[in-house]
Amino acid sequence: MTDVIATNETILVVGGGISGMTAALEASETGKQVVLVEKNPTVGGRVSQLYKYFPKLCFPTCGMEINLKRSRQNNNLTVLTLAEVTAVSGKAGDYSVTVKMTPRFVNSNCTACGECGKAVEAEFSDEHNYEFMGAKRKGAYLPHNMAYPQRYVIDPRIIGTADADKAKAACKFDAVDLEQKEETIELKVGAIVYATGWRPYDANKIQPYGYDRIANVITSVEFERMADPNGPTGGKLVRPSDGKEAKNVAFIQCAGSRDRNHLKHCSRICCMASLKQTTYVQDAFGADANISVYYIDIRAIDRFEDFYKKVQAQDNVTFIKSKVANIVEDKDGNAVCRGVDTEGYTRYENPHDLVVLAIGMEPSVNFNNLGIDVVANEHGFLEPDEANGGIFAAGVASDALDVNRSVQSATAAALRAIQVVNRVGGTEA
Amino acid sequence: MSDLNTAMVEKYRSNFLKEVEANVEEGDWVKMCMQCGVCSGSCPLGNAWEHPPQEIFMMIRAGKRDEVLSSSSMWMCTSCYNCIVRCPRELPITHIMHGLAHYAKRLGLSPKEQPTAKFAQLFWDNLSKDGRVNELKLGLALYFMNGFGEGIKTSLKMKDIGLGMVKTKRMNVMEILGGHSVKDKSGFHAMLKKAAEIEEAKIQK
Repeated sequence: MTDVIATNETILVVGGGISGMTAALEASETGKQVVLVEKNPTVGGRVSQLYKYFPKLCFPTCGMEINLKRSRQNNNLTVLTLAEVTAVSGKAGDYSVTVKMTPRFVNSNCTACGECGKAVEAEFSDEHNYEFMGAKRKGAYLPHNMAYPQRYVIDPRIIGTADADKAKAACKFDAVDLEQKEETIELKVGAIVYATGWRPYDANKIQPYGYDRIANVITSVEFERMADPNGPTGGKLVRPSDGKEAKNVAFIQCAGSRDRNHLKHCSRICCMASLKQTTYVQDAFGADANISVYYIDIRAIDRFEDFYKKVQAQDNVTFIKSKVANIVEDKDGNAVCRGVDTEGYTRYENPHDLVVLAIGMEPSVNFNNLGIDVVANEHGFLEPDEANGGIFAAGVASDALDVNRSVQSATAAALRAIQVVNRVGGTEA
Repeated sequence: MSDLNTAMVEKYRSNFLKEVEANVEEGDWVKMCMQCGVCSGSCPLGNAWEHPPQEIFMMIRAGKRDEVLSSSSMWMCTSCYNCIVRCPRELPITHIMHGLAHYAKRLGLSPKEQPTAKFAQLFWDNLSKDGRVNELKLGLALYFMNGFGEGIKTSLKMKDIGLGMVKTKRMNVMEILGGHSVKDKSGFHAMLKKAAEIEEAKIQK
């Protein structure tokens, strides 16, 4: 049984990505009781699936480590993984929340030695790698190297098979517990911070770009996994069709964003993400790289302008002001971008080894289906509205934001939640 | 140059965008174009256009009145609707192209030797006479559109198809002598006259 003590002076944070962790840590470090609920087996969210951050090109694992250290030093924070909020009711200062806890089948004895993973034979699509290029993981697995808690997970699909018993037999620490059951817990909380983040827009819906039928058309999140040494290609930039080096790479901006047929809003991260990804191609192939960026306009605002200027100054990067009309495949498997550029109105038909769609971000939770009335805007993001009472959005639950702005938003959300529980506790008028 | 054209030049001076917004069907959408170019890239006849739609929109905003209205470009549109489907701002591009062509024609600025414009005139003359399209006459008019010699040549080339159509009763040679019409021909003409009056009143406004 999971013992979680929560009162109406407790703050609940839903979602353990960079925003949720930040909101939870900021609030708990002020002395407030915080419960962080994450539906995946590990915290870290989409940031843990990135290879590098922009603009400093440092590794997300570094910031992640700092956050984990902060959370371990903090007695006011309870982290629940494999936990999902299923119902919310009540009002500011007095919410009741139902949380469904999915079994991990591994208890806290786990040392992440990996013996169970070796013993198990069944393999499943690897969510951490966006199932890209057929990426697989075992039925007993650590989601990724930086997973927290640093504990293996037994996939529920192997429960009841011989594999489950193999995993149990392989464990020297008696950490595999196949008897764990799903449970539901009720929490009383005073304020709720939704840090539920985003998911990549479904590239199959952008029909003219052929994501569903051209092997060498991929999305920006997949390219991020490809560049990562822990990714499905071991960090090699290749064409998924034939495994050859992908030196001629095109980036298509606004793939699904700023488009009334898809997402109306600007997803804000994609321009900088593509500019960052051009450096991956540069790092891999140097002067042999040939990079094209197709754009409507580059939105590298304020201090990011320098980064844009640096990429622009590279001889082997071409910026083409044009929204690509469609992509076809030629006989060599190249993805051929077709369109008309706005500077000169010339028609082009350019073959590329690899085309990366800078895919838009949409909220991962439908806030109109929460079970409690909250105000969401036309793009599906949670609005900062007084009618939401003690419910606040952090990070991409509030708007399309990059990591930097998500963290700012999360700190702001933490402060608003603290004000609500202070009112409940009577320390604030 | 028609009187109407002179009047419009006088009325809007150098603001061609305003003129388009006020007089061209769906013209008030022009300012919404963000120059992404997906319309031009998606046009199956794009190669044949002097100025793709995206450029036309920019030319309107830049006040290139004569270049736009005398252009053959908007007459190239085949109404495939690819551009409307893909436009990220949902501009009714096909309709704007037809609106521009129509406006240019009304002002007497459309290119004289443009085949689509010529065909449209032949079709209208044929239809507005009896209220029915006389396919035999329209076909022949098309053959002779570019001169007598070419007309004879095309007719000879198509004669087997024509004879085949007569044999299978797909074409009636008697149609050449007037042909069939709507039942109430005078009513039809009254209707066209009224429509022309309504349009005229709209232009005067």
